[in-house]
Parts: sequence; C-alpha cells; structure tokens
Amino acid sequence: MPAVSFQQVHKVYAGAKGPFKALDDVSFGIEQGEFFGLLGPNGAGKTTLISILAGLTRATDGAVTVMGHDVRADYAEARNSLGIVPQELVFDPFFSVRETLRIQSGYFGIRHNDAWIDELLAELGLADKAGANMRQLSGGMKRRVLVAQALVHRPPVIVLDEPTAGVDVELRQTLWAFIARLNRKGHTVLLTTHYLEEAEALCHRIGMLKQGRLVALDRTANLLAGTTHTMLRFKTDQPLPAAVAPLARVTGRIVQVRARDAEAVERVLATLREAGVKVEDLEIGRADLEDVFLEIMHQAPPPEVPA
Amino acid sequence: MIRSGGARTLFYKEVLRFWKVSFQTVAAPVLTAVMYLLIFGHVLEDRVQVFEGVGYTSFLVPGLVMMSVLQNSFANSSSSLIQSKITGNLVFLLVSPLSHWSWFWAYVGASVVRGLSVGLGVFVVTAWFAKPVFAQPGWIVVFAVLGAGMLGSMGLIAGLWAEKFDQLAAFQNFIVMPMTMLSGVFYSVHSLPPFWQAVSHLNPFFYMIDGFRRGFYGASDVSPWLSLGVVGVSFAIAAALALRLLASGYKLRQ
Repeated sequence: MPAVSFQQVHKVYAGAKGPFKALDDVSFGIEQGEFFGLLGPNGAGKTTLISILAGLTRATDGAVTVMGHDVRADYAEARNSLGIVPQELVFDPFFSVRETLRIQSGYFGIRHNDAWIDELLAELGLADKAGANMRQLSGGMKRRVLVAQALVHRPPVIVLDEPTAGVDVELRQTLWAFIARLNRKGHTVLLTTHYLEEAEALCHRIGMLKQGRLVALDRTANLLAGTTHTMLRFKTDQPLPAAVAPLARVTGRIVQVRARDAEAVERVLATLREAGVKVEDLEIGRADLEDVFLEIMHQAPPPEVPA
Repeated sequence: MIRSGGARTLFYKEVLRFWKVSFQTVAAPVLTAVMYLLIFGHVLEDRVQVFEGVGYTSFLVPGLVMMSVLQNSFANSSSSLIQSKITGNLVFLLVSPLSHWSWFWAYVGASVVRGLSVGLGVFVVTAWFAKPVFAQPGWIVVFAVLGAGMLGSMGLIAGLWAEKFDQLAAFQNFIVMPMTMLSGVFYSVHSLPPFWQAVSHLNPFFYMIDGFRRGFYGASDVSPWLSLGVVGVSFAIAAALALRLLASGYKLRQ
C-alpha cells in the first residue's frame, strides 16, 4: 500500500475570468518511508495538490488516498494519518504554545499528550517558549510551532509546504535534521520547496509540476544523471556577449552557462575572451537539480489532450 | 494515547477563547444591558404597565436578559468563525478528523455557554433594581437554552457565509438586531397596532422572549406551549441548515 496515491486528479477552479485548470490529470504514488519532493514554479499546482490531500480543497475528479484511506469517503482516517505544515504563517492569538499543541492533540482525540509535546518542543528548540503566547513569537518560532502542530498526533505521513521559505539558516538546519530523523524512523515525507539544493540533498524521488501537469517523476539520482550537461560557473561585472547571454543564468555577479561538452566549454570561454569579458573564480561542474529543473520548465508545454 | 472527544476539545477551546477576553465578551454586554435598564426603566417606570401588578423595570428585566443571551450567542460562533477564517487558523480545524456534527456541537455549545453567562450576569446585576420572581422557572431554562442554541446556529451560518467582517456586521445589524428589537423586549406586543402585532407573530424571537418572560411572571402574550413549538421548530431549521453547510464544506473546502 502506498503512503499517498493520486489517481487522475483534476482540479478546475471557477474564476471570475472563466474556469481555471489548476491540476490536469495528475497521477503518482509515494511509497511508505519515502522522502518525496514536489517541485514546480509558483502557480504550478503544488499547494492545490497538497490541499486536496489534506481535505482543504476537493478535487474536481480523481481519487486521492492517504495510507489507503480515501480523503473524502474515509476522511477521518485519512486525516489521522496525515500531518500538514501549511505554507502560510498562521496561528491562534488567543493561546500559548503549549495550549495550541494540547488543543491540536485534542482535535485528534488525543488527551494527556504532554510527554510527546515536550519532546516536540525540545526537538524544535521551543522548550523555553512553551508558556509564551503565540503573538509574542518571532516568525521563525511560529514556523516551528506549525511543525509541532502537524506532528502532535504522530502521523505516518508528513507534508511540508515550503516550510523553509523565509526561515533563517539555523532553523532550516534544525528542521531538516529533525525531519530526516523522522523519515529514518519510517515516516513518509512529502515536501514542496523552492530551495532546490534542499530537495537534492533530502529527497529520494522528485515530481515536477508545471501548469498543473506532472512533467517529471523520477529518482533524484536519475534526474541528475539524465542531464549530461556541464555547468560553467564564473563571476563577472561586465555584460555578456550576445552569443553567450541567452545560454546563461545570471544571479547578481554569478553567471552559469550550460555547455554540452569540453568543446562547448572552450567555445564559450573563447567568445568571452574575444569580447574582452574579465572572468573571475571560474569553475566547471556537473549540472545540479536547479539546472534539471530549469531545463524541464523551459521545455515546450506538453501537448493539450482534447477534453 | 487515548483517541476520544475531539469535539469536547473544540468546545473547550471555544469557551476558553471568549473566557480569556471575558471583559469584552461578558462584562461589556452586561454593562450595556444595565444601561438600557437604567435609562428606559427610569423614563418609563411610571408611564407604562404591561402586566397587572408588574412594574415596567421588572417587566423589562427578562427581556433584557434574553436579548443579551441571544445577541451574545450569535456573536460567539459568528465572530470566532470569521476570525479564524480571516486569520487563516481555521486550517488547524480543517485538517483534523472532526465531523460536521462535532463542529456543530462545539460551536453551538460554546455559544450557549457564552449567551447564558452574559444572561446570568445581566440577571444578577439587574436583581438590584427589580426584585426577581420565578413563577414557572422551567420555562426560563428551556427558552434560554433553546434561544441561545438557535442564535448560536444562526451565528454559525453567518460565520460560514460571511467572507469579511462587514458582511457579518450586516447580518447582525439587518437581521439579528431588528428581529431582537421587534420581538417585545421593551414592550408587550399587545400595545402595538393590529398590523404590527400580526408581524410580530411571524418573528420567532418574539416567542423566545414571550416564553422566557412567562417563566418569571406566569403571564405571557401567547401560550408558552405555542412558543415552545415555534422556537423548537426554528432551532431545528437553523441547526439543520448549519449542519448541511458544514457537511458540504460550504466556503470551507472549495
């Protein structure tokens, strides 16, 4: 039995400008114990898919199960099996951290959960904040409480919707160490993130969504092996020559150019030299997940299937 | 790890929510009701007599108590829901396995507790101004609980429907407030012209207050059994609609 299964999931939102297709025939499964990454640009349908899984949104068509329980017909069992960390930094301003976690436990029918709550607080570096009101916490601390809330009922499947967006390095490290430990203990993890190096480091398998469609689904290693490109990285303050610019990805001073082989690398370097571009910190490396991602996202959209 | 009583937790949380700000949710409405009593009682005590041997201030007390019960029951479920919707923390409840019955029971139950707390507060404070009598106390309890339950259910419906605070305020100002004010809180409907008497009899709030007042003075405009029937059916309709909206995920799960 897969931990999570999406079968031919469609979602159409009725919008002011007519219907909007947020998900288009998405099918895949996540095995128990897997660490799965769901990637895609903003608006690709990641959050919609996760919302359907959590019962926050209903699919227009298709079947979704968590640990074999249908998210609609058998919603109570499906939700008991699922812990979700929402993307938005939401909290109830009436309660303290401990009250928040006790209440969340209670919703799942769990009373006297303080031993586990204390463990969660300690693991997430919140032990000294247990009595603090939610309003008094910083953004990072609120994010930690959201993670603790998702885990109060020890769900076998954990969903994290961009949990590290706007989070400092220390929390990111703490969070990943904790989640990785839960994963090793057998919890299934579904992660969406914009930080592709996180997905590359953590996820066994990756699915990529683009305009509501699943455009890639493979083991992380296979996705990386599938690209034969070499990346040329350097820093420069000067504009790139016209022949190189379209191939380059520029982040501030850092330029990355994709090259198929050694000959292509030489050609790029020759072009830069001829144009008089001064290059610093030159390195040549293998393409990473970000390159794979961009490659897939920039491919022509898949052909429309007639309705 | 015992799994039971998720609805009880939500009920407890809803009670705790208003109790933590009880100065605003309990004390303030008590003060408002006492102001009504002082001013209207003072102005009208010598001019209006509704029931034989019952002074106007004494007549007014049950009406004010019931008005407070109704308005605060409505305010509790509706404001809690809309706040949670707007701040986004309703998601914690939406991802839980609680059924629509649990939602209903917890939200309406907490509304009844808030309504009765405020009602009791108003009653205790106003007892200084008019010595209370309890002719048929059973009716007091029945109509207070049913009325609070009905307004708690209406608050649930309004809280689900409203997407913004001003929509909720419109529901409160244009539906709940007129129905309360035109129900005989401040007067006996017998003092109205025939047309408005007939209109009052279409208002379920009239029966709540009339039945409730019966419990104190043993006198009412209509039979308490008729009032019980009307209030009971009204509550059942409001509860059925609220449950249906919850079960369908109306404005909660798109």
